[in-house]
Amino acid sequence: MHDPAAVPWLESLNALTGGLFLLTAFGLVALRQVYGCLRLYVIQSILLASSAFLLAALDHSWHLVAVGVLDASTKAIAVPWVFRRALHDEVQTRREITQVLNVPTALLLALALAIVAYLLAAPLVAAGGGRGVNVNLPVGLAGLFVGGLTAALRREAVPLFLGLLAMENSSFFAGIAVAPDLPLLAEVAIAFDVLILVLVVNVLTRAVHEHIGTTKVGALRTLRERETR
Amino acid sequence: MTLVVIPALMLMAALLSALGLGRRLASAVTLAATATALALAARAALLVAAGRPIVDISGWVSLDGFGALVLVVTVFVCFLAAIFSWGYVAEHWHDVGRISAYYAHLNLFMFALVLVPVLAEPALVWIAVEGTAVFSVLLVAFDNTHGALEAAWKYIALMFMGAAAALLGFLILFWAQQSSGGGVYSWDGLRAEAPHMPVPLVMAAFLLVLVGFGAKVGFVPMHTWLPDAHSQAPSAACALLSAIKTTVALYAILRLVPLLPAGTVSGVMEFTGLLSAGVAAFLLLQVGDYKRLFAYSTVEHMGIIFAAAGLGGAGALSGAMLQLVAHSLTKSFCFFAAGAALLVLGTREIASVRGLLRTSPVAGSALLFGALAIGGAPPFALFLSEFSIFRAGLERGHYLVIALLVIFIVIAFFGILAHVNRMVFGSPPGDSGARPGHTAAPQPGTGGNAHLPFRPRLPATVTLTLVLAAIPILVLGVYQPTSLHTLASMAAAALTPGGAP
Repeated sequence: MHDPAAVPWLESLNALTGGLFLLTAFGLVALRQVYGCLRLYVIQSILLASSAFLLAALDHSWHLVAVGVLDASTKAIAVPWVFRRALHDEVQTRREITQVLNVPTALLLALALAIVAYLLAAPLVAAGGGRGVNVNLPVGLAGLFVGGLTAALRREAVPLFLGLLAMENSSFFAGIAVAPDLPLLAEVAIAFDVLILVLVVNVLTRAVHEHIGTTKVGALRTLRERETR
Repeated sequence: MTLVVIPALMLMAALLSALGLGRRLASAVTLAATATALALAARAALLVAAGRPIVDISGWVSLDGFGALVLVVTVFVCFLAAIFSWGYVAEHWHDVGRISAYYAHLNLFMFALVLVPVLAEPALVWIAVEGTAVFSVLLVAFDNTHGALEAAWKYIALMFMGAAAALLGFLILFWAQQSSGGGVYSWDGLRAEAPHMPVPLVMAAFLLVLVGFGAKVGFVPMHTWLPDAHSQAPSAACALLSAIKTTVALYAILRLVPLLPAGTVSGVMEFTGLLSAGVAAFLLLQVGDYKRLFAYSTVEHMGIIFAAAGLGGAGALSGAMLQLVAHSLTKSFCFFAAGAALLVLGTREIASVRGLLRTSPVAGSALLFGALAIGGAPPFALFLSEFSIFRAGLERGHYLVIALLVIFIVIAFFGILAHVNRMVFGSPPGDSGARPGHTAAPQPGTGGNAHLPFRPRLPATVTLTLVLAAIPILVLGVYQPTSLHTLASMAAAALTPGGAP
């Protein structure tokens, strides 16, 4: 058994991790550079793995250690590797991303969504209970909403998809606290699924690039109803 | 081990096709795999209907009445898609690499589809439903046109957004079960534990899964990707997307309904369902593309099924289950008919087609048959299931919901028939000899397939698919076998809180 005195210390460290995690989610809304977004995503994934390790130490759970290792290896290593290869072909220099909304407005919206997430999470935390839930669930829910906002505001393929991946990261961030004993088979399969998805998106991004010479997927808007004559 | 074998067959066919076997061999392998799977699935469903649920791996792989219903329909449409592909592929592509890629993707997609009803562990079901999206994206993008790529991007973005929300939903569901005392994390285990689980948590899980998988079903604020994706993919894939992929996602949502106290989410379900049915009924009045027409009709039918399931009660629930089956069968027929029309015409534009019945009697009559059947005209399967939903709803006094459903169904019926009438009847534009250029002038990116020659003769396998697909629609319209009824009532019981599992 661990020293009981160490526990509050670990819990505040987890709270700090949660705060930083939310900060990376805000960063993904605001940042205007593709490489910067990718780096933020890697940092977010490392924070996710750290939180898994901290909760593992609190719970004495080898299971969560495995989940942390799995997350770190897929999301902090494999996913960025695939994206870097995709980016290498397309954007040699750091490219500015055009957005639908300006940064302050987007950040204000993100803040509002985060507050809504906290309000929604409160009754759930009260109903369920569990170690770390009071930090991880609201942060995860807020990250989910803010990630959705990121994806909705982006017009460039890779940053848009990083917003979606941040949503998935956030679901996991809540998941390591609310479902620490989820069968490992499911965890492995989910990680594998994310990896396949990233590969598919990579193929698709290349095809879009070859076809229309840009990866501005926001410019794709030809499919709509036409009036029948 | 029947339940493990069925997806394994599809996976094996995918691997073999990826090896580059050549057209005939890849087609034959796919057809053999789906035919065997169909025989196994039918046998499994009959066993379940006889009161013997199948458990292959306890807590992970099993089949009950609801699963059996979805499994049989899924495998049947996979089988039809394999027959249809035989002739379609021979017409479209001559490069072995393309053909191998097509069959590999198609088989992987079918693999993910059949996994959903046989898996019993919710987290794995999430992965299987995800798999249906991931593996079908490349099929949507397969034609590599501007329109196909655009559709694929919209599709994958919305799918993944939904996936993240649904994942959190399933994790919270696990939390709810653990915090009330645990048990096996499977559909049955959850049902057993349901009375003790904290309602706010299950509610949160249900809403997250509704939003997440609702995007895959095509419920109304999240339906925008559906007509794009379902019109751009090759026709066999469209049939699977529109008839089955939406259905398995709906299946996963419905599995969560009995975990909440009776009636808690009826309002949400009725509202979502009516909104989808209503908006889709009006949207399909103004389409210019006949594949998009059928895609909007899918949104409408998903809404009808969800609203009917929301009404609750054994009658409405088993009506919803019959509607689920009838819709899958009919919608796959519609997309095969649309595929046949596309082979003949080379355009998807409604406005540029006249007198299809004379140009190609098979494609023309199939399109008309499909339009009548999907609209819910009397001698067909959907008429019977819609009728049983109305009767059950009226008996329980849901007058407003039923009245709205009737209005939406009537609007959709006339919308579909108005469009199909224009295409099927009259004289072909080429006949009058006035403007030969009028027939095939598809817009770039939307019409697609403009390179196809004008070809009134259909491949024999396409005609065979249409005949085979029409049989159950006609038969179920006049006679419903006891085993189907038993499975539908079993499924209805599985959707009732506290009902016998």
